[in-house]
Amino acid sequence: MKPAPFVRHVPRTLDEALGLLSQLAGQEGRILAGGQSLVPIMAFRLAKPAHLIDINEVAGLDRLESDGKALSIGARVRHGAFHKLAVDNPLGALLTFVARHIAHYPIRMRGTFCGSLAHADPASEWCLTAATLDATMVAKSSRGTREIAARDFFEGIMSTALAEDELLAEVRLPLLAPDAKFGFNEFSRRAGDFAMASSLVTYRIVGGKMTDTRVGVGGAEAAPRRITEAEATLNGQTPNDAAFREAARVASDALDPLEDHQTNAEYRRDLVRAVVRRALENSLP
Amino acid sequence: MTHKSAITLTINNRDHAIAVEPRRTLVDAIREDCGQTGTHIGCEHGICGACTVIIDNEPVRSCLMFAVQAEGKKIRTVEGLADGETLHVMQQAFMDHHGLQCGFCTPGFLMLAVGVLEREPDISDDDLLDVLSSNLCRCTGYQNIIKAVRAAAQKMRK
Ligand SMILES: Cc1cc2nc3c(=O)[nH]c(=O)nc-3n(C[C@H](O)[C@H](O)[C@H](O)COP(=O)(O)OP(=O)(O)OC[C@H]3O[C@@H](n4cnc5c(N)ncnc54)[C@H](O)[C@@H]3O)c2cc1C
Ligand code: FES
Ligand code: FES
Repeated sequence: MKPAPFVRHVPRTLDEALGLLSQLAGQEGRILAGGQSLVPIMAFRLAKPAHLIDINEVAGLDRLESDGKALSIGARVRHGAFHKLAVDNPLGALLTFVARHIAHYPIRMRGTFCGSLAHADPASEWCLTAATLDATMVAKSSRGTREIAARDFFEGIMSTALAEDELLAEVRLPLLAPDAKFGFNEFSRRAGDFAMASSLVTYRIVGGKMTDTRVGVGGAEAAPRRITEAEATLNGQTPNDAAFREAARVASDALDPLEDHQTNAEYRRDLVRAVVRRALENSLP
Repeated sequence: MTHKSAITLTINNRDHAIAVEPRRTLVDAIREDCGQTGTHIGCEHGICGACTVIIDNEPVRSCLMFAVQAEGKKIRTVEGLADGETLHVMQQAFMDHHGLQCGFCTPGFLMLAVGVLEREPDISDDDLLDVLSSNLCRCTGYQNIIKAVRAAAQKMRK
């Protein structure tokens, strides 16, 4: 189908974009970033925005830079930017590994990191990454700037803490320790499909024991999150199969799984157990 | 309000002056307004890849962009691959390896494969397989498409 009519606005500066957003948000105005989620739902006429504020020409939003503590990802940075190492830190390799699982190559040329977070599909790989690594979201409006912690940002299925006049201008991901290890796994029926469950883990090994462990689960609940119960079972353990299995079981039990016509709670828990265990396994060299 | 705006699309180095509404997708503009019907439309929502074109050296889905967003960019479509009577290496490989049957998906696969290989000539065979999972083909069962693209990749690297 064809999208319904709209008026397109093409701001060149951030201030112009924020001005348009504050003026038009109340009149069914929306941001157009990569368009890889918005245009399909417009084609289905599930969304009929009256105004689109196209941020693809806004100067400065393509910033992808590390200050030694965190990697800043601007609102025009596309998934494909992570095909190469974005930063000389294990975080760079993590992002490259995860990016490959998002949609398909041509979609990664257009879709943006911040757009994925604003869209907040429960199965989004970048939402899982932001939740697991405790990202900071930088929301801007003509009223000012505020920072939102990842755990306060995702409020439910496709729902975030962003106000309707706020632009997610930048996301900051903390760099990992230089010796950090990471693992990721997701289950989907076909390559490029949204995951039915996914997991991202990071940790360090100090004196042979796992420490600073993070276990994130996505696609299984209304929003991705860290599962602290699973992290607690791993800290202080040597990385080994029994510990991984136990953590996966604990993570799966801790969830309140989404159900849909193909996936009941029991099946979703089984998937979570598998993806957490596999993420831990593939974190090992 | 949503009246048509005059834009120029540059397709295979030729300028097309057209007037489109903002909601006109790029693929519709390429086909209907510029008359370049080599680029196909399958699903119109990003799933099938039939509409893949190369814009400023990036393979993209042209059903997920608005035509007005492509103004000033270099658009390449399947019509621009051959050099006169000489087919592009990728087109020749699709013929040699029977990479098509009905041909509906072929322009999309050609632009996808050429677009990725121009950006990443040294991409591994495994990664190429992952790239080719982007597009759908209802006829070939994919094996001959994979053979064709891997063979063309070798030639394009030389
Ligand atoms: C076939 C297909 C398969 C896909 N598979 C996956 C997948 O496996 N995993 C995955 O994660 N994604 C997948 N996607 C979605 C893709 O990753 C999108 O790029 C992403 O969800 C949205 O980013 P975008 O820049 O395209 O945003 P848009 O489509 O432009 O916008 C999406 C929404 O976010 C809002 N928005 C965008 N940017 C901002 C901002 N900076 N501030 C405030 N609001 C904003 C828009 O107003 C809109 O409501 C798939 C898409 C397709 C077509
Ligand atoms: S028509 Fe564009 S992806 Fe199917
Ligand atoms: S050759 Fe018929 S769809 Fe691919």
